[in-house]
Amino acid sequence: MKLTADQVKKVAKLANLPLSDEEIEKYSGQLSKILDYIDQLNSADTSEVEPTFNVTGLSNVLREDKVGESLPQEEALQNASQVKDGFFVTKGVFEE
Amino acid sequence: MKYEPVIGLEVHVELNTKSKMFCRCSADYFGKQPNTHTCPVCLGLPGALPFTNKEAIKKCLQIGLALNCKVVDLSRFERKIYFYPDLPKGYQISQYRWPLCVEGWLEVEDKDGKVSKIKINRVHQEEDTGKLSHIGGVTLIDYNRSTVPLVEIVTEPDFTDPSQVKDYAKKLQQIFRYLGVSSADMERGDMRLEANVSVRPAGQKELPNYRVELKNINSFRFMTAAIEYEIKRQIEALEKGEKLTQETRGWNEAKRDTYLQRSKEEAHDYRYFPEPDISELRVKSDELRIKEEIVELPNRKAKRFVADYGISRQNAQVLVDSKELAGYFEEAIKLGREKQLKPQEIANYIVNQKIKLASKDQVLRAVEDLAGKRVGILEDEVKIEKIVAEVIFENPNSVEDYQKGKLNALQALIGGVMRKTQGKVNVEKVRRILESKLQN
Repeated sequence: MKLTADQVKKVAKLANLPLSDEEIEKYSGQLSKILDYIDQLNSADTSEVEPTFNVTGLSNVLREDKVGESLPQEEALQNASQVKDGFFVTKGVFEE
Repeated sequence: MKYEPVIGLEVHVELNTKSKMFCRCSADYFGKQPNTHTCPVCLGLPGALPFTNKEAIKKCLQIGLALNCKVVDLSRFERKIYFYPDLPKGYQISQYRWPLCVEGWLEVEDKDGKVSKIKINRVHQEEDTGKLSHIGGVTLIDYNRSTVPLVEIVTEPDFTDPSQVKDYAKKLQQIFRYLGVSSADMERGDMRLEANVSVRPAGQKELPNYRVELKNINSFRFMTAAIEYEIKRQIEALEKGEKLTQETRGWNEAKRDTYLQRSKEEAHDYRYFPEPDISELRVKSDELRIKEEIVELPNRKAKRFVADYGISRQNAQVLVDSKELAGYFEEAIKLGREKQLKPQEIANYIVNQKIKLASKDQVLRAVEDLAGKRVGILEDEVKIEKIVAEVIFENPNSVEDYQKGKLNALQALIGGVMRKTQGKVNVEKVRRILESKLQN
């Protein structure tokens, strides 16, 4: 299955990755190969198998509504590339 | 051609749990220092595991049941994927294919008092996002709100008039407050409205092939204005032969119009998939217990007030505005019974005189004031005449003045009667009796 350039562009946009034209060409080949590889799974007959959404098989794992400790502000912000007055800072985005 | 609007509503309400939806950070974020209520879970740090808040699930079920929904047998969370800085994980934990509650309804009233049933598609649990502030070309992010429990309530496109939408939103707010699941303050953003608006030729059964989503509207009044504007805009476009498409629009209160935020080409592709880190929910067995715990809701309470106390439907609706007011009203009825006050009298008094009932003291005072007014009014003409005679006897100067033609001397005599009766007598009646006595 060959992915088109448009499909690669769409996936890149959804993943928030800026790709050059060469990269789009390169990845459409690579991604197509990956898809072909994964596609082998389709040869297995799963018509009688329930889908697995959660490997633990547990249900209703819930916690009581109690407040625990949070991180101090400095620690919460320590890996941010830019901070200001206790806020994380990112380049301007428009409010949606 | 005649057109009719097709409107659906999505309401988000933030729950007032103590801790967040999927971590133990405090959910009380309002007005706190930025990024002081965060942890690896709500910051989306690698390896952190979400842990579901039991109380939030209970509150979500309460909302669903209050809106006449069914609780599903099996519910799951999913990841809704999109890139935006309000979501540190790159996805929001929400529900899509397996919401907790489905197929409810709520009765709403339009501006003419016509009642219709609005179908509710789903009530599901999700998490709130961080708060962004756009200042000077950059965006500041506070993740205190990230992962605060949020419930979304989605209707079918059953509204045909903006006044129904307003009534629905107000009723939801009232229900949230009765249930005690949220303060549902619109200005604070505890409760948020989104409307899907389209129009179709009157009588057409099929839904239009587009819809316009109205977002970020933080008051009932703006919502009504935005929907009204949008209906007009769409009808005008259709009449000009334009084709309408799927898009998201915001409301500009200054200009009082809607503006394009996102068109169909930019529509999101959320690629929902089941959240593998959270166990599934099987809570159908809690349905009955939770249902029994739900307080009497405003609609039922109002109906009971009409049936039990014989008060008018309009008064009942005012008196059930909040659980507290309704409670004080019933207390006033109990107290009033000892003073032979009828519930209708009390209801009229509270509603017409806009009496504030927000404490036991105020209830007591209201009942006593009302009882005093009624008991005190002197109706007995013989008694009034007797008092008038006394006043005439005691004020010979005023009587003389009046008989000489000084008509305002009568006022002094009326004042005398009012003083003797502590004002509990009809002034016109006193004037009439005085005049007839003085003419003799």
